Amino acid sequence: MTDTSFTSEAALKRLKKRRGKEWRFRIWGRAAIGFALAALAWLLISIVGTGYTAFQQNFMTLEFELSESVLAPDGTRDPEKLRGANYRRIVQTTMYELFPEVTDRKAKQELFGLTSASGATNKLRQMVYNNPELIGQTINVTVPASDQIDQLLKGYIKRDTDESRRKVSDQQIAWADTLKERGVIKKKFNRILFMNPDSRDPELAGIASAVIGSVMILVVAFVLAFPIGVGAAIYLDEFAPKNKFTDFIEININNLAAVPSIVFGLLGLAVFLNFMGMPRSIPLVGGMVLALRVFPTITIATRSALQGVSPSIVDGALSLGASHTQAVFQQKLPLAGPGILTGSIIGMAQALGETAPLLMIGMVAFVTEVPNSITEPATALPVQIFLWSDSAERAWAERTSAAIIVLLVVLITMNGFAIWLRNRLEQRR
Amino acid sequence: MTETIKTKFTCRDVRVHYGDFEALHGIDIDIPDRGVTAFIGPSGCGKSTFLRTFNRMNDTIDGCRVSGKILMDGEDIYDKNLDPVLLRAQVGMVFQKPNPFPKSIYDNVAYGPRIHGMTSSRAELDNLVEKSLRRAGLWDEVKDRLKLSGTGLSGGQQQRLVIARAIAVDPEVILMDEPASALDPIATAKLEALIDELKERYCIIIVTHSMAQAARVSDKTAFFYMGDLIEFDNTDKIFTNPGNNRTQDYITGRTG
Repeated sequence: MTDTSFTSEAALKRLKKRRGKEWRFRIWGRAAIGFALAALAWLLISIVGTGYTAFQQNFMTLEFELSESVLAPDGTRDPEKLRGANYRRIVQTTMYELFPEVTDRKAKQELFGLTSASGATNKLRQMVYNNPELIGQTINVTVPASDQIDQLLKGYIKRDTDESRRKVSDQQIAWADTLKERGVIKKKFNRILFMNPDSRDPELAGIASAVIGSVMILVVAFVLAFPIGVGAAIYLDEFAPKNKFTDFIEININNLAAVPSIVFGLLGLAVFLNFMGMPRSIPLVGGMVLALRVFPTITIATRSALQGVSPSIVDGALSLGASHTQAVFQQKLPLAGPGILTGSIIGMAQALGETAPLLMIGMVAFVTEVPNSITEPATALPVQIFLWSDSAERAWAERTSAAIIVLLVVLITMNGFAIWLRNRLEQRR
Repeated sequence: MTETIKTKFTCRDVRVHYGDFEALHGIDIDIPDRGVTAFIGPSGCGKSTFLRTFNRMNDTIDGCRVSGKILMDGEDIYDKNLDPVLLRAQVGMVFQKPNPFPKSIYDNVAYGPRIHGMTSSRAELDNLVEKSLRRAGLWDEVKDRLKLSGTGLSGGQQQRLVIARAIAVDPEVILMDEPASALDPIATAKLEALIDELKERYCIIIVTHSMAQAARVSDKTAFFYMGDLIEFDNTDKIFTNPGNNRTQDYITGRTG
């Protein structure tokens, strides 16, 4: 016999059990969310912690005497000839003059190592090439300090480690400190990181070519994947006959979205490079490969957006004598628009983060020039991160994290834009 | 009196299948050209399915098949050479849930005329929109906000907007599928008054769950049960002196 009264002892016991179940579920939910937030916070703190210092860098403002006897002993002002002049000698002279008391050859070499050798010579070469009239003058130029000095002054190279175990000598530390006091070395905003392409020297390496490459890849991927993805979705949803064959296609598109991206890279390597003979490392091929990667995502998002539109709207249009195509394109598609755009932006954000397929088609190349078109070699932001993370020197770790921060900011911006766009378009209904 | 009105739809042995399921088992009925014909019957009896055969909206449902003959003014509307798009321009439809397009009130009414290219100038279109809204009894309520979204109107206004949208295409027939089921009593009363006015110009077929509504608005009533047409007669006869026991049971509330 069961007691059905709500206040009986058995009923209260059941109630307590039910409440307990709910309470445990809430605790689990909070624990799960707490865990997710902690993981996110950990990721952000560790990346921002190592990366934020890279947005500033130590530069030296030095006086260079561009003496004619060194650069143009034959008196030439031909820019092409001046390219090959001995700028290293100019930089050396300037560096030695900072501490005239140094005479020992090895010590002189260490002194020269305070500045970024190729940074300074390249800069002088470029300036003279642009304006040969500078020869014979003495000019003030700001050049990056060497990566070791930069790391030392940022505190990453510990002064209390044994001299034999660090790349900066005690003498160099003393010079760097003196120069800092004299105001020769100053920390400034790191334009190099954003304006330069990749380089062998960490203090000269930047993400410019990777960012431009990524933008080109995304544009190509979007231009290809958006019309194909949306078109396929509209056709499958609205016009295709419902039979075994279209079911099969549907399953395959859903599977395609879950295929590991490296497989698309191999496909691109086999089809675009080997079969069609397109060049390696170019954004055009990268974009084509990522278009394959993203189009199933766009198709799936579009189909779910189309299915979310109330069928009564299409019925209304049809009942007025609109053709099926008119009903779909004039009434249904505009309503599905926000969902389609959101899905596409999230798809593009995925594409921005893709690394593996780009490695397969050779976008992992060391590119020291900013690409001007989609058929010039380039690299992409995530690939650049991969490349830098592989390098040993301390300065690369900092730059890797800085590049990751830039990538994350772009991703957050894209996803935020998707949410904003959806809310805005939905309000207009 | 009914004998003087000519017949709009002649239906002979109309059967509708959804896959293997037969939803209507051979309906014979003649729908008069003017006035309101009401379809009543319990849920699932096939009355909405039957209504949707008149503008071939069943064509849009996968696996739905219609057999038998439906003649409109003597012409077979299921003829292979007849484009349902043209049929639907002549047979308008109002649905259970108001479904204005999420566009301005003006664009809602203008949509039909635009796709059929009925007007040649903006002024002509303006006139047609106004005329349609007036006929639907909505003009005075919306004339100052034609640019605002149709979905911002109340339920009753939306339903009248949908009627205006259907009228704008200048149809001969208006099908109504439980048009008042989502409306409150005041909006329902307005809608019924509108139906009363429209029946002078159009052939109206209305599906309703409310027997009181059928009694109020219709001239003829057809009672459907389990996919069969049980009885079809003048409305006052059906409600005062039905010829069939099942009709009697349904209208007095014993079944359905």
